[in-house]
Amino acid sequence: METPQLSSLYQQLILEHYRNPRNKAELDEKSVEIHMANPVCGDEIRLQLRIEGDEIAEAKFVGQGCSISQAAVSMMTTKLQGAKLADASMLAERFTEMMHGDEAAANDKALGDLRALQGVSKFPVRIKCALLGFDALQEALKADGQESTH
Amino acid sequence: MTTRFDPVEMRSRFPALAQEVHGRPLVYLDSAATSQKPRAVLDVIDEYYEHDNANVHRGIHELSRRATVAYEEARTKVARWINAADDSELVWTRGTTEAINLVAMAWGLDNVAEGDEILISVLEHHSNIVPWQILAARTKAKLRYIELDDQGRLDLSTLDEVLTERTKILAISHVSNSLGTINPVRTLAEAAHRVGAVVMVDGAQGAVHTQVDVQALGVDFYAFSGHKMCGPTGIGALWAKKELLEAMAPYQGGGEMIHIVGRDASTWASVPHKFEAGTPNIAGAVGMGAAVDFLTDVGVDSIVEHERALMEYAMDRVRAVPGITVYGPESLDERSAVISFTLGDAHPHDISTILDAEGVAVRAGHHCAQLVMKHFEVAATARASFYLYNTTDDVDRLIEGLGKVREIFA
Ligand SMILES: Cc1ncc(COP(=O)(O)O)c(C=O)c1O
Repeated sequence: METPQLSSLYQQLILEHYRNPRNKAELDEKSVEIHMANPVCGDEIRLQLRIEGDEIAEAKFVGQGCSISQAAVSMMTTKLQGAKLADASMLAERFTEMMHGDEAAANDKALGDLRALQGVSKFPVRIKCALLGFDALQEALKADGQESTH
Repeated sequence: MTTRFDPVEMRSRFPALAQEVHGRPLVYLDSAATSQKPRAVLDVIDEYYEHDNANVHRGIHELSRRATVAYEEARTKVARWINAADDSELVWTRGTTEAINLVAMAWGLDNVAEGDEILISVLEHHSNIVPWQILAARTKAKLRYIELDDQGRLDLSTLDEVLTERTKILAISHVSNSLGTINPVRTLAEAAHRVGAVVMVDGAQGAVHTQVDVQALGVDFYAFSGHKMCGPTGIGALWAKKELLEAMAPYQGGGEMIHIVGRDASTWASVPHKFEAGTPNIAGAVGMGAAVDFLTDVGVDSIVEHERALMEYAMDRVRAVPGITVYGPESLDERSAVISFTLGDAHPHDISTILDAEGVAVRAGHHCAQLVMKHFEVAATARASFYLYNTTDDVDRLIEGLGKVREIFA
């Protein structure tokens, strides 16, 4: 395998989010909470959303784990405050595509700071770290969808 | 450093070590997960498949005879390696995990009942916890724990409280995979026997670095894996005292383990074959026998000596890394060739990725010992583990890599 560049993985922005995670707290009023863990390495998060109508009014998380998993969730939550459910879902899809090496996704400005995580796609064993938060988001959106069709 | 073998030459006997990873010569520091295999062992396995391959104990023809001889000769080698009183005390299994499950089911279900206690420790690998949880749930017995001290050693000051007349079995690791702690098995076995409990040892890491003598240890069951001691994966053994094996019901039913099969009932083959249902991992057994030959040829004393010197070299340098926390016993007399650590706020997963980019393989995670992680209030550690093919250069490369971690997480 080609030698991956560590510098592309550990960007300052990632380490900064790892050390100063945004929206890391319990939500008082939450409509969904998803627990997502990676038993292999012990990364885990609980993603909490307050959904109002077709919008995420508030998103917070608590968790622990490696720099990649925690920075990715932190960055993700900054994009979710006030986001339309459809846009949140699209964001999760685009991010997942970027992780699987899709160049077009990686150039999509909608991803914003999350593009700093593009380098993770070159480290196959770390991709699941970066996806932990977005996997939780997709579960949360699914759970919310099932709720509202009742 | 004085060793009776040249570690660089030793390294060259392991084909997988002669490669570059991410542009750097591989430094393999994950032997506690699985060891690399020497050419001598690989050749024996190839030889077996190329010349002798047949099913065992089933045929009259020449290849079947040879396969059976190779399989049983390997049993003899492995049995002698741990100083079993008799070859028939050695049952082939898939590995340590299956051996422990065999004891928990075939011995446990008939000997443990409601109100009885099963004693294990917080130090155990999941494979020496979960089978006992299953047994406890089935029999309504109680699972109890020996706690750890702040160096990750068994806290024996409260042993009297957890080891009582109700204890039916003490199941304890010989050497911890997560911290390297060497447990005082003999002392524990004596204490357990005084209250009438039997003693099962998880020897997955024990049979690797020391000369195991099951008779001198005074235990009743000893479980170990081939792949940790230069042998192939998928093979291991359970050693048990013959009278225990003879009194136990079979673990699985099938071919190989029967004597006469009737419509409603059957009779069992004698031990150890009673516990070996189905076509066994013949090549694996032959490979594990070859691993024993290899280790015997190198000399266990010189392996012990080499690892001790390497650990002295490594511990001094690892401890000197700013920001590092090393877990486990301080004294090398109580620690095997394992260094479990965390470094500043760099997550072990990140440490492992950065080291990997430098060609240095270490394990990061809970090492199948979540109770140990909980004890130290960490989610994970990074673990460097050493074996006979590791050199002081490997240690230097680890230290260099940890410097990279510190640069990135400065
Ligand atoms: C202490 C200990 N016990 C049990 C096991 C399980 O061994 P295996 O996976 O070979 O069955 C291991 C290895 O992973 C170990 O290190």
